[in-house]
Formats: sequence, C-alpha cells, structure tokens
Amino acid sequence: MGATASHLGKDLLSEYQELTFLTKQEILLAHKRFTELLSREDKNLPEPRAPTEAILTLPELKSNPFRERIVRVFSTSESRDGLTFEDFLDLLSAFSDSATLEIKSHYAFRIFDFDDDGTLDENDLEKLVNCLTGETDDTRLTPDEMKQLISNILEESDIDKDGTVNLSEFQHVISRSPDFVSSFKIVL
Amino acid sequence: MPRKTDVSQLEDVGIDIDTELSNSDEEAPKRAKKGGRGGGRGGRGRGKKAASEEEDDEDEVPAPRGRRGGNRKAARKGKDGDDEDADDDDDEDGKGPKKRGAGGRGGRGGRGGRGGGRGGRGGKKGGKGKEGDEESEEEEDKKGAKGKKKGGKKGKDEEEEEEEEEEGGKGDKGATGKKGAKGKGKAKEDDKKKKKKGGGSSSSNSDEEDSMSEGEMAKLMEEVEEKKKLIATIRNKPWRMRRRLTHLRESQQFVDKFEGALGKGKGRKWYAYKVMMKKKWIKFERDFENFRTACIPWERKIKEVESHFGSSVASYFIFLRWMYGMNLVMFGFTFGLVVIPEVLMGLPYGSIPRKTVPRAEADSAQDYSVLMDFNGYCKYSVLFYGFYNNQRTIGLLQFRLPLSYLLVGIGTFGYSLMVVIRTMAKNADVGGGDGEDGEFTFAWKMFTSWDYLIGNAETADNKYASITTSFKESIVDEQENQKDENIHLRRFLRVLANFMIICCLGGSGYLIFFVVKRSQEFASRDDLSWYEKNELEIIMSLLGLVCPPLFETIAELEEYHPRIALKWQLGRIFALFLGNLYTFLFALFDEVNTKLELEGSIRNASLWNMKEYYANFTLNSNDSEATPPPMHPSDIIRGPCWETGVGIEFVKLTVSDIQVTYLTILIGDFARAVIVRFLNYCWCWDLEAGFPSYGEFDISGNVLGLVFNQGMIWMGAFYAPGLVGINVLRLLSSMYYQCWAVMATNVPHERVFKASKSNNFYMGLLLLILFLSLLPVVFTIMTLPPSFDCGPFSGKAKMFDVIMETIDLDLPAFLGTLFSYAANPGLIIPAVLLMVLAIYYLNSVSEAYQGANMELKKKMQMARDEEKNRRNNTESTDQVQKDLDDLLPNRSLAPEPEKEEPPPKPTKVKPGAAGKKDLQKDVTLASPNPNVRGPVNRPPGPRGPGPMPGHPGGPGPGGRGQGRPGPPPR
Repeated sequence: MGATASHLGKDLLSEYQELTFLTKQEILLAHKRFTELLSREDKNLPEPRAPTEAILTLPELKSNPFRERIVRVFSTSESRDGLTFEDFLDLLSAFSDSATLEIKSHYAFRIFDFDDDGTLDENDLEKLVNCLTGETDDTRLTPDEMKQLISNILEESDIDKDGTVNLSEFQHVISRSPDFVSSFKIVL
Repeated sequence: MPRKTDVSQLEDVGIDIDTELSNSDEEAPKRAKKGGRGGGRGGRGRGKKAASEEEDDEDEVPAPRGRRGGNRKAARKGKDGDDEDADDDDDEDGKGPKKRGAGGRGGRGGRGGRGGGRGGRGGKKGGKGKEGDEESEEEEDKKGAKGKKKGGKKGKDEEEEEEEEEEGGKGDKGATGKKGAKGKGKAKEDDKKKKKKGGGSSSSNSDEEDSMSEGEMAKLMEEVEEKKKLIATIRNKPWRMRRRLTHLRESQQFVDKFEGALGKGKGRKWYAYKVMMKKKWIKFERDFENFRTACIPWERKIKEVESHFGSSVASYFIFLRWMYGMNLVMFGFTFGLVVIPEVLMGLPYGSIPRKTVPRAEADSAQDYSVLMDFNGYCKYSVLFYGFYNNQRTIGLLQFRLPLSYLLVGIGTFGYSLMVVIRTMAKNADVGGGDGEDGEFTFAWKMFTSWDYLIGNAETADNKYASITTSFKESIVDEQENQKDENIHLRRFLRVLANFMIICCLGGSGYLIFFVVKRSQEFASRDDLSWYEKNELEIIMSLLGLVCPPLFETIAELEEYHPRIALKWQLGRIFALFLGNLYTFLFALFDEVNTKLELEGSIRNASLWNMKEYYANFTLNSNDSEATPPPMHPSDIIRGPCWETGVGIEFVKLTVSDIQVTYLTILIGDFARAVIVRFLNYCWCWDLEAGFPSYGEFDISGNVLGLVFNQGMIWMGAFYAPGLVGINVLRLLSSMYYQCWAVMATNVPHERVFKASKSNNFYMGLLLLILFLSLLPVVFTIMTLPPSFDCGPFSGKAKMFDVIMETIDLDLPAFLGTLFSYAANPGLIIPAVLLMVLAIYYLNSVSEAYQGANMELKKKMQMARDEEKNRRNNTESTDQVQKDLDDLLPNRSLAPEPEKEEPPPKPTKVKPGAAGKKDLQKDVTLASPNPNVRGPVNRPPGPRGPGPMPGHPGGPGPGGRGQGRPGPPPR
C-alpha cells in the first residue's frame, strides 16, 4: 500500500476519501501527522506502524481517558498496539464530524468494552466509571456509590436483563442521546 | 499463496472426476462423498483463515458478515459467494490482488472454470437461503470430517453443486473455445445461469453464451447496482480499512467491467457516456466538497479553543463564524447593489444638497470628535440613507437605485430569515430523537459525558471533577427526591427573586426612556459635554454590563438546578436587552414624529428661501434675462432627515457596543489575568486559586451579546447601509480578538457542560430577534412618509411607491394590470385564507404524527416493561409468591433458609438505588403483574391436586394467597 511513500498516491487518496468520512485535506494532514510519529527506521518498512506510546503523545489523545482503549480498538496488529496509517485513518474517520451515529456508537461500544468480550458487564462499567472520574482519589466514587451507579445503569439500559449491556442495547441508549454525536469527535 | 493454488488444483481435479461421473446419476452417494471432500477442502482452507481471524478480528467479523448475509437475497449469485470468500481471505492474509485476480473475477482461461466451480459452491450456500454465508462458513470451518458428514446429509445440495462445478468447467471450455473479450465474464454468468436452473442441462450451455437474455441483463444490472450501492455506503461499515479497501477495489473493478457490457447494442454508447459523466460528476462533487471545506475559515483556531475548553466554548465561536458568513452575504448584497453603484455612478459629493455638508456645520465637519459621533462628513456619506439620490436610474446601465435600495433592504431580511430557519431545521434534524428526560439519565451520563474534543490536561481535570459531581449529584438526587424540605420558603424566595428582577427590568426600561427623552432635549442645545452627548449609549452599555451579574446574584436565592438556572438567566438577560431595545425604539419613534412635524415647516422655509434667493439675484443684477447661478448646495435649508438620524443612532449604538465589549475583555479578563498572574508572587493569599482567580468564558453572555448586536444590525441596516460593513469588520476582529483572549486569559469552566442542543436555542433567540427587528423596519417602510429632501425615496408619499412606479413605467402594461389584479383584496383575502388553512392543515398533521409518535413510544415502553416483568417474574414475583407460600401455616421447613436470603437482596439494593425510580419500578412490577403472571403461574395449577379447581381464574394475587392452602408439590 502506498501509505509508506512520503506522499500518498492519487488513486489511493481518492480511495481513502471514498472509504472514510474525511476530506482530502484531512487525509493529507493525517498523513503528515502520522509520518511525524514514525521513527526513522520505521519509515522504511513496507507497512510502518506507529507505536502506541507515540500515538498517545498526540495532543488530541493526550488527555483522553480512553486513549489506550482507542488505540487498542483501532489497531490491527496481533499484539494490539501500534497503528498503521490505515488504522489511523479508521480512527479519524470514526471520530470525524460527518461519521454516522451508527459507526460512532459501534466504536464507542468497543472502546467501552474493556475486556473485548462483546458485552459491557459490570467490570467494564466499573472501569468505565473509573476512567470518567479520573485517577485522583478525591474524584473517585466510593464502592457503594459505584455499585449504586452501575445497578442504576443496568436498570436503565439492560433491556433483556442478562446483567450486561450488549451492542444493540447500547446503541438504543446512545441513539436517543442528544449530544453523543457532537461530543464523540476528535479533530486533528 | 500456496494454500490457495493447492485448493484450486484439487478443485480442478474434482471437476474432472465429476465430468467423468456426471453421466451416471445413480452414483449420487459417491459424489456426495466427494462433495464432502470438497467441503473438507474448503473447510481446511477456511479453518486456517478462521484461525487468523480469531486472533485478529474476532469481535468485529461476526456482525458485519451476518449483516451481509442478511442483505443478500436467497437467490444469491454463486459468483458473489465466491467473491466474498476471496474477499474474506484477502482480508485476512492481505495478499489481495493476486488472489482476487485468480478466484474472484472468474478470470482468464482455465481459471474461469475454477471460478465457476467455486462459484457453484457459493451458489449452494446461497441456495440455503436464510442461513446465509456465516453459518455455512462456520459449518465448513468445522474441519473436514464435519464437512464430510454434511456432505452426506445434504446429498442433494452437493449433487447440484457438483453439477454446477462441472458446468462451470464446460462453460469455461466453451468460453475459451469461443474466446473473445466476453469470455472472461461469461464463465461467471454461466454460473449464475446454472444456479437459476438448479442442475439443469449442461449441454445447452455454450449456445446461450453469446446472447445475454433480458433476465440476465436485469440480473447483472441489479448486481452492478448493488456493487455501486456498496461503494456508496462502504464507509458506513465498521470494517477495517484493509477490508473496505479490498471490497471497494473489488466492486469498482466489477462495476467497471460490467457496466460497459450492460448497454450492449443500441444504447451502448449512450450508456457508456452516461456512466462516464456520472463518474465525472461524482469526482467533481467530491472535489467541490473538498474545496468547500478548505474554504471554511478558522477551523484551526476553533479546534484549538475546542481542545482547551471543550465543545461548549467552541460552540460560541462556531456560532460567531456562522454569523460572519451570514453577514458577509448581506454585506455583499448591500455593497454590491446599493453602495458601490451609488459611489461609481451616482452624483459625486457636493453636487446636490443632500450630498453636501451644510454651511453651518462645515467648519467643524472634519473634527475628530464630530466624526466619531458620525456627524459632519460621516453623516453626508454613503454610509447613511440620506446620501442617496432619488434619481430613478443612474449611470450608463440605467441602474434603478431606489428600487434596488428597497429590494435589498427587504431582501436582507428575507435572506436572514431563510438562513436562520434552514439552519434551525438542520440542527433539529441532527439532534435526532430526544428521549424523554430521565429515561436514561445514568446511562447517558456514563456513555456520553466525555467530550472527546478535550485535549488539555486542565480541562480534562475539570471534566473529571464535573463528571464525578454529576454522578454523585444524581445519586443523591435520586435519594433526596422524596424528602421535601421547606417548600414554602423556597417558593417565597423564588417569588421574591422574580419580583426583584422584574423591578430591575422595569427600572432599566424607565432609565432608558428617560435618557432618550433627555437626549432630545440636549439635541436643541450646543454646549454639550462628551458625557451628555453619549449618555444614551453609555447607559445602555452599563445596563448590559451591570444587570446580568445582578440577575445571577438574585438567582442564587432560587436554588434552581444549574441547568435550569442557566435557562432562567438567559431568559432574563434576553428580556432585559429586549426591553432596552424596544424602549429605545419607542423613544426613537417619538423623536421621528417630532422631526416629521418639523419637516413641514422646514420644507416651506426651504422653498421660500430658494425663491428669496432668486428674487434677490434678479433684484441685484438688474438683468432679468440672465439665468441666475444655482444656489450653492450647502446653503440650502434642509429638513431633519429622520432616516439618517435613526441610522446614526443605530451605528452609534453598535460602535459603543463594540467598544464596551472589547474594553470589558481587555479589563475584565486580560488585566485581571495579568494582575493575578504577576501579583501572585508577592501577595498574601493565592490569587490564582483564591478570590479573583482567572475569568471564565461567559458563553451565554457572549452569545446574547452577539444576537442582540445582530438585531441592531438588522434594524439599522435599512437606514445605514454602511452598518453591515461595520458589523462585518466587528465580527472579523472579534473572532481573532476573542480567540486570543480566551486562550490567553481564561480558564476552562469548572462545570463543563456540553453545547449540544443549546445551539438551536441560540438560533431560536436569533429568530425571535430577527422577527422583532423586522417589525419596526417594516412598519416605518409601510407607514411613515420618507423625508422630502434626502434618501432614495424623497418626493414619494411612501417608500414602497418605488415598486408601483417601476411596475407602471418599466414593465409592460399587461404586467401592471396583472399586479393590480393581484393586489386586489378579492384575491389577497382568499390567498391569506388558503395559507391559514394550509398552516392549520400542516399543524394538525404534525400533531397527528406527534400523537402517533407518542403512541409508539408508549408501546415500546410497554413492550419493554413487559419484557422486564417476564424476566423478573422468574425471580422476584415468584419470590413474592414464595413468600406468601412461606407465610402459610402448612408450609414449613426445608427450603426456607435459602429462600429467606434472596428477598432482602433486591430491597437492599433498591433503597440505595434510591427512592423514586425504584418505587416506580416496584409499582410497575406490581400492577402489570397479574396479566403477566397468568401464563407463568398457570402450569402449577394443574399440578396442584385438590384445591386449585376452586380457583380457575387464579391470577389475582390475593385470591391465590388464600385459595391455596397447601403448596403445590414440587
């Protein structure tokens, strides 16, 4: 794939436009930013992969509590770290302004699914809450509150009462939220 | 790809054998076995694939494939199945192109046969219909042994499959024999054909090859369409890029190849041309889209702000940018159609009285202070209404300036109205379904509260804190909802607060009225201090500055939830601004009326003066024949020209508003930030964390300021065309200035709330303001007579007479009569009636839809509750019943200890889970239960030996309780 070249081929560029919600400029910018992340020796590889640490230094992701999850979800490598350029484009496309609710909620679900088992169970939810409340102790919830919160959430969104939230339940909840689409965005 | 070729060879062999065997139909079992082997082969290949899939893609693959399977019709073409296999393989081991060339395309020569064979297999899968790809693949995945079994089981299918394979081989031979450009595709088409016929004749094959029947055409067309659709929607699929890429190339190749083949014969060229144009068009559209996004300014700047302050602050800047765009268009209209024609083609400055500074003012006309008040030269410039001449046409082009002036003035409103409403509709569309509040409070807080745009550690920390508080708050809220403290006190406080605020509003209104009155008094005097001259603007700005914080303080009394409090606050500020604006307007109208009265006498004086001048001239020169030189324009006595007066008021108001806004930012934010930052080194307490700290960006205040500014522009633009230009400059500068100020001096909000819906709230405010500013302008245009000696409408009884004049003079006569008919009340009243009816109709339709919506929602809710209850029944309601059973005297012993345990559990959780919701839930559990419990509990009925028959309609809980002396045997 031409992603390795210092510039993108014209055909590839138009294909990327076809395949993502990004415009030409955004793709070019993404490519520029991506090549900046690569180390020198990486650039010569046929399929360069930006290491996770490098990606996490992006200012857009730096303060995001889900940054590791995001990289993991979008990574195609076996060990689930590092992104190729196409993974990177996937990421930006899903987080772009014009991506549909369906795409966004799909990826959101996978980001929240910490153990990658296809459902959000109590452990996932707990981790999620911990991510949202930050690392410091004074913002953490007490175990009681946590339990409370999780049971409330399951009460609301777990329609089939199997103790977990699955993708369709998740999408059902999300699709009615007024501000999910506007906040689930990352712009380079 | 050794694996692949391997498989293909095996398959080829299989085909050969099949050909040999195909004559003897009795040999079915054998063949089935072979088919099983084929399946096994496939299984082996896939097994490997599946393995790699597992490590790579496990969670992603099932869903899309399932979906895809669903999309495909049962009569799926064999080729497609084949394609998909190839795709999936490609996807996984990433050696796409080669393999695709081999399998998918049904490629050249001998390979076509294999393509066909594989296609046949795919076809079988398709034939299985509903189960779809996924399942069959899964089945095949289960290794060779299983495949064999399946082969036995589905002997029939396999038989067909083999026949197809064989035909594929033949078809291939035929194709190669015939060769030709078409050969490539043919093999595949054959497959399809065969699929249609099931295991039909293999001999007739080659005959059909050349001519594509209508059905095939349609089929191919359908397929091409499907591929096209896939290309168009591929970005909506949550697949890996690699996979989408292969799919895309795949489909594009397919479309490229077959699109040409479709329009064979007569329509071919035309079809090809159409296809080409379509492609070009798509490309053009995409380029245009790229170009358009490239043209959106300040993307970076806003993004920077966004990442520091979250989307709410950014929403202000986006709103500002939107406003700038709208004003730019208005500016284009006003300057392009009114100002520039007047400058280029109209009479120059000093040629006629209205374009000249009067002699009395000439001395001071260039003073800075005078110019700053928009008097002197400013007053007699293109910026204001009075400068324009009432000449019907100007310049070589016969440009009808007065008409253009009126149309632009009205068109500005029309355009703004359209844009605002369109944006609102779009926003509402994006907003999507808004679930009722409270249905998903917790889930939303959990899943959607993070703002992914935040890219700044400090903001992120604030966000963490605010999320935590909101979690805690909502938990506490739930608990506290039931207990009510002193409601009366709260009510009293709220009434008190509202009373105070109304007092404030009334006071400010009166103050403005008073000041305007006073300024009229001042107008007749000359010795005015700077303050007296600018009193009105200063007072208005001060009110705008002081009142909002005052309101905020008063609102503390009310103890509303912050979100509600914000709404109230916005509403009150809105009322304040609106009140001020309208008081100002009424005072202005007063002034205009006095000016209008004055005008009559001035007009006479002016005429008299003119006559006097000529009389004097003839008297002095003694030469009655000589024509007197015209009076110098600056000497002529002029009317007050109320339009210019109004325009000047608005321009002054706008300018002072800009000054105040900018100064507030400079002092309130920048100076404060500097002091806090640098004095912090030598101060007794921590300034940054303590009292003054840094300012926060006041979103609501800024938005309201912007909205009101726009209102003034709309009102004033008709009387001061230059106002639009000033506003464009203002918006442009404030974009940079505020971006800088926000980044340099402000800190992120402590309570970060998201923009989301408020956007339409802003738009709603804007619409309201637009309407309110439309009223006075239209009123003046329709009712007040224009000044007699200034402006494009001078000399006419009403401004809109220009239109009548144009109709009469410029348009053909029949159009004039047409218009007069159209203006006939007999026509207008029915038209209005029709519109009212249409509104009524649409309204009732939308109401009906709303009702239907509610109904559906209710149904969904009910279904959900029912579902819940059904699930719950197995546990909780059964428990209720068990409890009842336990209480009964006969019942004792064994299971009790265990059973005692579960009941407390839900109750233990629930009180914590907090009152209202759970109470409700209990209620819902209780009430619908009788219906639902029926089916669940009926089974025990028959089992209960004796007593049950006495209670056939068992469901009533009470009835059952007494009616069952003994427990049913278990």
